[in-house]
Amino acid sequence: MPFSRLKSRLARTHNAIMGGIQAVIGNNTRKDSMESLEEALIRADVGVTTAMEIVDRLKEGFRWDEESLRQRLSDYVYDILKDVEAPLEIPYGTRPFVIMVLGVNGVGKTTTIGKLASRFVTRGKSVLLGAGDTFRSAAIEQLEIWGQRVGCPVVKHSQGGDPGAVAFDAVRSAISRNTDIVLLDTAGRLHTKVNLMEELKKIKRVVSREVPDAPHENLLVVDGSTGQNALNQAKLFNEAVGVTGIVITKLDGTAKGGIIIPIARELKIPIRFIGVGEGVDDLREFHAREFTEALI
Amino acid sequence: MFDGLSDRFRKIIKDIKGHGRLTESNVESALREVRLALLEADVNFTVVKDFVNAVKEKALGKEVLLSVTPGQQFVKLVRDELTHVLGDAAAELTFRGRPTVVMLVGLQGSGKTTTTAKLARLLKSKGRNPFIVPADLARPAAVLQLVKLAQQIKVDCFDVGGRTDARDICSEALRVAKLKGYDTLLVDTAGRLHIDPELMDELKDLKEILSPAEILLVADAMTGQDAVNTAEGFDKAIGLSGVVLTKLDSDARGGAALSMRMTTGKPIKFVGVSEKVDGLEVFHPDRMAGRILGMGDVLTLVEKAQVSMDEKKARELERKIKKDSFTLEDFRDQLQQIKRMGSLDSILSMIPGFSSLKKAKNIKVDEKNIIKIEAIINSMTMKERLNPAILNASRRVRIAKGSGTTVQDVNRLMKQYKQMRQMMKKFKKGGMKSLRNLLPI
Ligand SMILES: Nc1nc2c(ncn2[C@@H]2O[C@H](COP(=O)(O)OP(=O)(O)OP(=O)(O)O)[C@@H](O)[C@H]2O)c(=O)[nH]1
Ligand SMILES: Nc1nc2c(ncn2[C@@H]2O[C@H](COP(=O)(O)OP(=O)(O)O)[C@@H](O)[C@H]2O)c(=O)[nH]1
Ligand SMILES: [Mg+2]
Ligand SMILES: [Mg+2]
Repeated sequence: MPFSRLKSRLARTHNAIMGGIQAVIGNNTRKDSMESLEEALIRADVGVTTAMEIVDRLKEGFRWDEESLRQRLSDYVYDILKDVEAPLEIPYGTRPFVIMVLGVNGVGKTTTIGKLASRFVTRGKSVLLGAGDTFRSAAIEQLEIWGQRVGCPVVKHSQGGDPGAVAFDAVRSAISRNTDIVLLDTAGRLHTKVNLMEELKKIKRVVSREVPDAPHENLLVVDGSTGQNALNQAKLFNEAVGVTGIVITKLDGTAKGGIIIPIARELKIPIRFIGVGEGVDDLREFHAREFTEALI
Repeated sequence: MFDGLSDRFRKIIKDIKGHGRLTESNVESALREVRLALLEADVNFTVVKDFVNAVKEKALGKEVLLSVTPGQQFVKLVRDELTHVLGDAAAELTFRGRPTVVMLVGLQGSGKTTTTAKLARLLKSKGRNPFIVPADLARPAAVLQLVKLAQQIKVDCFDVGGRTDARDICSEALRVAKLKGYDTLLVDTAGRLHIDPELMDELKDLKEILSPAEILLVADAMTGQDAVNTAEGFDKAIGLSGVVLTKLDSDARGGAALSMRMTTGKPIKFVGVSEKVDGLEVFHPDRMAGRILGMGDVLTLVEKAQVSMDEKKARELERKIKKDSFTLEDFRDQLQQIKRMGSLDSILSMIPGFSSLKKAKNIKVDEKNIIKIEAIINSMTMKERLNPAILNASRRVRIAKGSGTTVQDVNRLMKQYKQMRQMMKKFKKGGMKSLRNLLPI
């Protein structure tokens, strides 16, 4: 992906933080400078606690000009994010490689599946989609349209069906067709709903009975405009089924997605991709350096 | 997670105690806590600043009444001010024009389509004759999503046919509505970013065509700092008449409500509380204030309980408690009722003071525990559930095996059950007051 494109997409984020930094130049007391930086981080949804901690770290330095401050902030954020930079790798010989896509309602799970499918197909892989959202009205048809767009088969049951059974059929079908990758859609669910989290565990069990070690990737989709709640989402989905990767969506808007910083710090779960639009190509691999530079 | 201001204030109350009036110095630390609590609840940075300043102005110099502690008075002041800013009273929908047109707008995935169906259902139940218009042609299967929802709630839905432009759909739907005598048009629109000029222009055109009485911004309660930009963006472009805050069944504190209200001045009219079509409620500013501050919300709890508790079952339970014949079968029933109300943590958090209680007594609310208890009871025969006295050692071993738990788990449950019955004797009146004591924690 051209770096310039990501950078321009995230330019607004950049400007917000720069605004904070510019304010610093005008200030001459150390306290004011710190407060401006803290404000910029809070406005990016980093969270007040994490923002205070980060800014506290910036005190360890001598130079207080714009460039030095910016550099120290950037270095520190990069340090946090590089720990979670780990692109999704599909190991040779693992077939089918099963990816279960999870998240709360409306974050972009189904769209991300469409984008991922296209990405894999472009790279010469065979892909099968499992319509595991049997709850929401027309969720199955939504995924089918993505299947048509990308040109890969969709295994489905009818609305109201058992998502575990869909997962079973999807995986079985992939085995018999010798498909490389299975992408399982799931219904959006709030992390606090115990019964729905139990349902996820069941889907996972069903899949692992058919393919040892599957699902190989439990991909949590987080809406980039979410506030502090995203940390709870990540924690509880992780407790329930073990999250192995994160996608942050809707970063084409004015939201900053700063909540990934506390998530990365606390949970150290790899961030695989970012979503920057509704189109099939609007998915980028997450790169800590690029993200940090676009952010700060 | 929900400790929020309740716990902070316990500390502050101690600080302010002893002073005769609220002064600059004794109110300072309290305000700092308010600021932090609001930021943690995702209230926008600028909005927090403005709000805290307003509270400060009101607080300074206030005589402390003798009847209440200064701390209590300060808490009340903050909560009152927040309630006031959020809108004092519940705001109603405006009906104007023939038909009345309601447009639902917002970011992608915020809940517009679901809310369209929920509103249609609500209006229908109030005797109106609504017509649903699916004008989202962008998201795959969005039209079908709404067509299916409309069927489910038995409300007529405009047939989009082969139309590929939202403008065409809206003008044709309006014509049909007038012809057929529908009194309310509910228009679902495609999700869009407020910075997308093309799509914002489309909204302006739709507004022009429809002359809506209401343009409701549908926003996710989990939204962070950006809520102000979205609300402002949509408001400036097309002029909002109100906001619907969805996904309040989450554990988000919902500071976005305050952010949007303070930047646009537009009332929050409804809240979404479930994925289902009946999950729409009128907005209550006082409850939202409590939620944002993390202070517990007894009213919502009581109401939720009332809705979820089957009337007949509740009366039956009360009778049993009075007669002292509460069986494990009843217990299981109650657990299911509780589960229907939402997560245990979110219910408990609505009980004021619980968050500090949790810490004080080091009680861990474990939802897994409920699942375990249910599994154990499920593995019992009906005879055992109705008369647990017959549970000897071998029966307990069987139950443990059947439920995938251990004999210790079964024993623990039996002990809890015994304690519960003892407690119930003290709460012969039954009803909600005893709820917390019935929880297996
Ligand atoms: N602007 C923008 N919109 C996105 C992005 N990803 C998804 N969307 C949109 O967000 C909305 C919800 O996306 P879905 O993929 O249906 O989300 P979901 O998580 O599957 O939703 P549910 O199944 O309803 O819980 C759709 O309108 C998508 O087009 C993104 O990166 N940017
Ligand atoms: N838990 C919960 N989910 C909701 C609520 N309102 C909508 N949803 C879900 O959020 C997702 C997006 O909703 P939808 O109406 O399709 O959003 P739209 O893209 O704005 O039209 C769907 O999965 C809905 O079921 C709510 O109040 N609570
Ligand atoms: Mg979906
Ligand atoms: Mg929609």
